Amino acid sequence: MTMNPAIELKGISKSFGPVQANKDITIRVMPGTIHGIIGENGAGKSTLMSILYGFYRADAGEIFVDGKKISIPDSQAAIAAGIGMVFQHFKLVENFSVLENIVLGAESGALLSPSLGKARSELATLASEYELNVNPDAIIEDIGVGMQQRVEILKALYRKANILILDEPTGVLTPAEADQLFRILKRLREEGKTIILITHKLREIMDITDTVSVMRQGEMTATLGTKKTSPENLAELMVGRKVLLRVDKSPAKPENPVLEIEDLNMFDDFGVQRLKNVSLSVRAGEILGVAGVAGNGQSELLEVLGGYRKANGSVKIKGSEIDLSTGVAGDGQARRAQGIAHVPEDRQREGLIMDFMAWENSVFGYHREKSNQANRFFMDNNAIRKEAEAKLDRFDVRPLDTKLRAKNFSGGNQQKIVLAREIERDPDLLLVGQPTRGVDIGAIEFIHQQIVALRDRGKAILLISVELDEILSLSDKIAVMFDGKIMGERLPSETNEKELGLLMAGVSGEAVQ
Amino acid sequence: MIDFLTLIQVLDGTLRLATPLLLVCLAGLFSERAGIFDIGLEGKLLAAAFVSAAFAAITGSVWLGLLAGILASILLSLLHGLASITLRGDQIISGVAINFLAAGLTVVIAQDLFGQGGRTPPLKSGGRFEPLNFPGSISSKEMSDAGPLMQLYSELLSGHSLLVYLALLTVPLSWFVLYKTRFGLRLRAVGENPAAVDTAGISVVGLRYGAVVIGGILCGIAGAYIATSLQANFTKDMSAGRGFIALAALIFAKWRPWYALGACLLFGFFFAVDNRFQNILMPAWALSSFLIFISLVLLSYVWKKDYLDKVVLGGLALGIAIISLMVISSVWTSGISSQVKIPVVFIQSLPYVLTVVVLAGFVGRAIPPKAGGQPYIKER
Amino acid sequence: MDIMPKWVDIIVVPLFSLFLAAFLAALLILAIGESPVAALNLMIEGTLLRSAGWGYMLYYTTNFIFTGLAVSVAFHAALFNIGGEGQAMIGGLGVALVCLFIPWPHWTLAIIGASIGAALFGMIWAGIPAYLQAKRGSHIVITTIMFNFIAAGVLIFFVVDVLKPTGSMDPASANFPASTHLPTFQDIASLMGFEKAFRSAPANVSFFIALFACVAIWYLIWRSPLGYEIRALGKSGAAARYAGVRPVKIIMIAMMISGALCGMMAINTTQGESERLILNFTEGAGFIGIAVALMGRSHPAGVFLAALLFGFLYQGGAELALWTKIPREMIVVIQALVILFTGALSLMVRAPLERFFMSIKRADV
Repeated sequence: MTMNPAIELKGISKSFGPVQANKDITIRVMPGTIHGIIGENGAGKSTLMSILYGFYRADAGEIFVDGKKISIPDSQAAIAAGIGMVFQHFKLVENFSVLENIVLGAESGALLSPSLGKARSELATLASEYELNVNPDAIIEDIGVGMQQRVEILKALYRKANILILDEPTGVLTPAEADQLFRILKRLREEGKTIILITHKLREIMDITDTVSVMRQGEMTATLGTKKTSPENLAELMVGRKVLLRVDKSPAKPENPVLEIEDLNMFDDFGVQRLKNVSLSVRAGEILGVAGVAGNGQSELLEVLGGYRKANGSVKIKGSEIDLSTGVAGDGQARRAQGIAHVPEDRQREGLIMDFMAWENSVFGYHREKSNQANRFFMDNNAIRKEAEAKLDRFDVRPLDTKLRAKNFSGGNQQKIVLAREIERDPDLLLVGQPTRGVDIGAIEFIHQQIVALRDRGKAILLISVELDEILSLSDKIAVMFDGKIMGERLPSETNEKELGLLMAGVSGEAVQ
Repeated sequence: MIDFLTLIQVLDGTLRLATPLLLVCLAGLFSERAGIFDIGLEGKLLAAAFVSAAFAAITGSVWLGLLAGILASILLSLLHGLASITLRGDQIISGVAINFLAAGLTVVIAQDLFGQGGRTPPLKSGGRFEPLNFPGSISSKEMSDAGPLMQLYSELLSGHSLLVYLALLTVPLSWFVLYKTRFGLRLRAVGENPAAVDTAGISVVGLRYGAVVIGGILCGIAGAYIATSLQANFTKDMSAGRGFIALAALIFAKWRPWYALGACLLFGFFFAVDNRFQNILMPAWALSSFLIFISLVLLSYVWKKDYLDKVVLGGLALGIAIISLMVISSVWTSGISSQVKIPVVFIQSLPYVLTVVVLAGFVGRAIPPKAGGQPYIKER
Repeated sequence: MDIMPKWVDIIVVPLFSLFLAAFLAALLILAIGESPVAALNLMIEGTLLRSAGWGYMLYYTTNFIFTGLAVSVAFHAALFNIGGEGQAMIGGLGVALVCLFIPWPHWTLAIIGASIGAALFGMIWAGIPAYLQAKRGSHIVITTIMFNFIAAGVLIFFVVDVLKPTGSMDPASANFPASTHLPTFQDIASLMGFEKAFRSAPANVSFFIALFACVAIWYLIWRSPLGYEIRALGKSGAAARYAGVRPVKIIMIAMMISGALCGMMAINTTQGESERLILNFTEGAGFIGIAVALMGRSHPAGVFLAALLFGFLYQGGAELALWTKIPREMIVVIQALVILFTGALSLMVRAPLERFFMSIKRADV
């Protein structure tokens, strides 16, 4: 007896104007399996998922669930078909309780109390069946990220989902939490649920999926059994050519310390301590990589060093103390004058003004410098434009149009504009946060090379990234942050992912043999 | 100082004047809780006032007037909804435009219909909401001789227009809808995280339009109230900023229905005092000391603050101190205990000044609904 | 790619919005029982076909340039300054104090002093709501509206209780001394031999100050570092922080410039026209500035053109109010419609145009 695929897509296509996001996609996922979908940014994974969840309507093609053809005009239809989705950015109401979030949209009547009562008992059943324990009355903003993700999964299960789609689920989890998630997914698989995992992490695909599809530029380039492939093979399928997964670099030749941080403490606007006695140092000609799950103080560290957060403690640049007491904007320009350049974590929100043109962005942060002024009153826009063109050219920004607004460049090119601006200043210290987030593989290589080149010119670099691979391949020295503290420092050659993962989860160094 | 009857009369006025504020405030509450910032409440209030007064004048029936006023307000709400929800435009600009639209259209149409320079004719008895007198209450002629309990009953509790009692009822009703029904849960959710609502399969657009229409109904009732009950006709710009004061009350009330009642009663009290006491006399020394006191409070606040705080608030404190000195000097010859008349404009400006003080957050910070004021665009 | 070429964005979209507004206004005029065509004719005759008409029109235009620039500058910082009325009123107070209590030998000096007074007072009146927004997060729209009401009260107090000459029943200050009076267009034309031109119309030299302000603001916003910072903050507060731009400082400066410009309007109305401080001299110019800024897309050139348009509408509206049943409030309706179509319903205007241009593009491909 042949089993129907849990879900099958035939010839799905979708265009947005001239851009074809999905081209003739065909997949089959068998029930009780975990299927991975991997691809670069812009490959079309999100569009496909949006179609499956009813956000978009496909231009052509058919969808079959359990052998029956269905149409998914909206989310309600998707839910009715048993499709549940766990988004990368959680769709939870932060000041509601867990119970209220689960019940929202699946209430059993006009009055709330009966709905809440029913949900409570159902939740208890689900918890015991799948080991998904949560406190139903906890408020979302008070519980941790791993727990919030469980609520999202419970939401889908409460609505009787048989097919669970997870979009980049481990981005915000520690390695230990990710392991826990995978245990839950395996349990769900045992119970006959079908799971589709969308990710860009090759390692996850190898670890947990049964089958994997690769998407590239809107097309499905391959579907394989996971056991029959390898990370290198998958990377090549994603990009279409051989990809260097590690950076070629010569050993570092560090000299004098450029950045010296001692006992840095920082409290945020709500009085919560975000940095706890942080001490670090970075030498000239060295890349210090700070690893850690997002939200453990790395962003705050960058904000303090970048000059827009108050803090206590001692920070020295090339031997001289920086004044940390002012904070909340204003000192960004002073820091730049002292030779610090900053590539922020969120290029679209902080690093660039999306509506400004590329040439205007090329002096963002440096707009008051003498070299950019024509006279006492006005800026020298012509000179700035010329200089911008040269910078963008050296950094291979495409298209090479200084008058194009930043929002019209791709993610990788936007990042290159920011890097061009900061690296071309030949700073003594470069702060760099998540340099390759949302950037396609080809540009990643280029960006890594630029960072290493800067280091080889004898500059100091503080690199912050949630991607352990990036940290391991780029850094000369690694520090791990957890809960605002430095858990330990290691040399890349003397450690591994497991040890770093433990440190990232707050397990202190002494316990590790 | 003041006798009990006067106090009761002021409280009575408070209730009457707080009613339109309360209704408009709740209108804003539903709208903002759903994520739509509605600065056009003023325009809706004005439009409803005109339409209800005009209909009541023409048809002679205040109920038709009320209905018409509500419809007019709903129409403007739908316009605001079209701009903010469907067309994803700037909600503030839409609100501002609606205010001007109402201000202009009401006068143009009023002039065309009635030719009285932009007002509607005074309403006769069928065209007004008459006071509802509770059984056993006494008339105002007998009031001064009655005992305090009777005065309380007859003046404060009884004798209000139907709409006042209705307005008071909307408070528990709003509380129930918001916190005890499915609709209320979804409404609150859509103002905090519309994506959560959308992915749960509920229509964000439908919820938001619903909220905006509820707001329209409440504003409509408020408008009808001011033109057919508080006053007996429509005059140009009669809303007098109430729509904005209601917004301040809303922020003060932290977007909760019962607190909104308290906030609106407070503002209503100020309006009532302004109405009742045309000439407020105060001994010069009392006024001066009060002003100096405020000055000192401001100065002590800025003691440890930064440069900008010192300049602005310090300057304000200085200005107030100068005013108090001017008060003293004006009675220098007649002695420091002589009475000084507080200028009428000052009393009239009090509600607006109070609004600013409330907004300045010196009476506690408030966290608005997270998704307020932003149009919802589906993630790509 | 930007879907529409720049010129379409700047010219066609506002024109299209204006057309929609005019169309609806025409319907309203019909409903009142007047003929829109006749109304338009009357407006053109009264305004464009005689020099006095131009004199009135440019007088109003001057006001709207100042308030339009003011709202534009604030818009660049993503702030909505609805307090123009109040800032202009307090600016007028400043003008009055300067003109009445300082003995000026000549109007060229008086105008400098009065400008400082007007700008300073307008700055302060805008500065307080700006401070509250920057430091306390109080919504600037509500606070500036409140300050409009409070300013009206302050103005009444000063005019009636302080500046009114004793024995006068007229709620107005004393007349400004002759040495402070500004030359009107008629005066200027007379110098060149045209004594009859601009007969007693109120347009005066402050028109040229307004023009100068347009140029100055353009240089400020697009050529100076301060302008760069204002625009950056207006686009993204988070990015501005990253770049070391102090939000509090920029909010204060942008609003104070805005308030100063609104205050300057009083040079035109109070020193140039009424030559004493009266109540209600702003006549809604602060609000029209919003429509002007939106139509002009916050660019000085656009503001100038939009101010001309509204000057025409305003003066034309006065003519209509005199000769027909159409009341002056018609202008408020048109103002509302313009704001609606250019501001809130702009998608309704842009979407068909964008579709049109996209179809052209596809045909090319």
